[in-house]
Amino acid sequence: MADPLLEARGIGKSYGHVEVLRGADFSVARGEVTALIGDNGAGKSTLVKILSGALSPDAGEIRLAGERVAFGSPEDAHGMGIETVYQDLALAPELGSAENVFAGRELLKPGILGRLGVLDRRTMRDRARRAFAEMGTDVKDIEAPVAALSGGQRQSVAICRSVLWADKVVFMDEPTAALGVRQTGKVLELIRRVADRGIAVVLISHNMPEVLQVADRVQVLRLGRRVAEFAAAGTTVEQLVGAMTGALEGNAA
Amino acid sequence: MTEIPAQAPPAGAADDADKAPTAGARSGAGGASDTGGVDGTGGGALRIVHRSPLRKFLSSSPAYMGLVLLLLVLLFSALRPEAFPTTATGRNISLDISVLLVMAVGMTYVMVAGGFDLSIGSVLVFSGVVMAKTMSALGGDGALVVVAGMAAAVLAGVAWGLVNGLCITVLKVPALITTLGTMGAALGASQLLTGGNDVTTVPDALLTITTSRPLGFSWLVYVAALVAVAGGLVLAFTRFGRHTYLVGSNEESARRAGINVGRHLVRLYAISGGLAGVAGAMSLTRFATTTISGHATDALQVITGVVLGGTSLYGGIGTVLGTVVGIFIPAVLQNGFVVTHVQPYWQQVVIGFVLIAAVYVDHLKRARRDRS
Repeated sequence: MADPLLEARGIGKSYGHVEVLRGADFSVARGEVTALIGDNGAGKSTLVKILSGALSPDAGEIRLAGERVAFGSPEDAHGMGIETVYQDLALAPELGSAENVFAGRELLKPGILGRLGVLDRRTMRDRARRAFAEMGTDVKDIEAPVAALSGGQRQSVAICRSVLWADKVVFMDEPTAALGVRQTGKVLELIRRVADRGIAVVLISHNMPEVLQVADRVQVLRLGRRVAEFAAAGTTVEQLVGAMTGALEGNAA
Repeated sequence: MTEIPAQAPPAGAADDADKAPTAGARSGAGGASDTGGVDGTGGGALRIVHRSPLRKFLSSSPAYMGLVLLLLVLLFSALRPEAFPTTATGRNISLDISVLLVMAVGMTYVMVAGGFDLSIGSVLVFSGVVMAKTMSALGGDGALVVVAGMAAAVLAGVAWGLVNGLCITVLKVPALITTLGTMGAALGASQLLTGGNDVTTVPDALLTITTSRPLGFSWLVYVAALVAVAGGLVLAFTRFGRHTYLVGSNEESARRAGINVGRHLVRLYAISGGLAGVAGAMSLTRFATTTISGHATDALQVITGVVLGGTSLYGGIGTVLGTVVGIFIPAVLQNGFVVTHVQPYWQQVVIGFVLIAAVYVDHLKRARRDRS
């Protein structure tokens, strides 16, 4: 693989007596979609929370572009170009797509009006519109409340938002879990395009065929450790499931 | 692995989108259905429509209710052309609503953020009492005494608002219960301060304000108009306003977006309390007595107006313009019934059912929108 952009080594995390992560390794490279899979309780979400700044690890180190980093909060990670698309999307349903894209990062008008906190709505709309267009996302009405969009479009808005703010890593937690077949196809295309922009995409999914379809590499977590790493090309669902359940040890690719 | 051909969007796409207001015409030609369309078209199926702000406004609740208001005015004017469309009626109605409107602006902020404030009527009374007590403690008749009294009224209101906000955000007591509690507490505290009797002695300087009517309207009307305009602009056009909508629409997403939700809510309750304080000063100015027992239903009247104006009970939706319309409707009905010799008690009956109907229509619209 190419040089890892984000790399975690020996990450450990316990809750009381429960050891969720036991020296887990993980790495993602620029321009690649890396799938992170594992059975329930394998430690996927804990690992992602640590890598996106929502949790602090008890042990191990995280390197971003070779530099050792520590995130005190998700905002720290945001500041370093790392964003997360949450499973429940975290969109404000009553607000429009552009308003959601700029939530918490509103642009203000220049000059005295900006000092008074007046929003630069036109610039935000234009930039959101351009971001959607660049990502090939068909948001019909950028001002329509997000609740009026289809599930796939909502997912696209959430992904575009993360891409607009992340220049390094985007974590996506089950981005297609609630979607139908067609919309899933569109979102997978979008995920591919995010990676093609040179961003490292981490995809958490339970859908094995989907993982093999969209990912470049697959890393398997079991009982708090990375137990296998596959190049998606040439790997079968059986191999993935085998690694997840421990029936089959995979080879590092 | 099945490689998904990553379709680079057409080079011109971004440029096209920049001309968005005209790009609406393209949407018809795109033709792909919005639930996925033909997969093969991928990045090419750009459908970006810019709905005109006018059309958007006309489909909003304030516009509907504004129409209702206009029809009511026309109806009463047609029934009693000599009595209703007069400056005297306009003066009465605007004076009647001014105190409620000031509180309703604060309530709009709180409700857009998904909150609730039942305490405002009692906070109004408490602030009026504090103002009267402050003025009589300072003594004298000067304008400075009145200004000090008004400042004390606003501060007293802000203090109750902070109590509300901190109980709701720090102690996590639901807004309904917190403000129900402070509603009782603020009224009780007012009665403790006054021994249960209204304070009726106010400085002459205050009475001068009461009786002066620049351009035919009471000072209270100007204060209410100023609060409504300022409140409306801040809610619609500033970051503070935007954060209010974000908090009300999805608190968790606002938090993840880096907004300090607790601090924002405390500020909103402080604003609501502070405006109730302003309303207390206005009420004392108007009646020259603290009217302790006269504000038990203020909060409910204000909430009725805010909801009639299209603010959602679930947060995330609402405008001050709508609130102005919603506050006007009951007042116009009341005055209209008086001049048309309908028993004015009908006003409460009608408003009750209009309120239910308004929320029902809102619910229908929401259900239709969320069907996808």
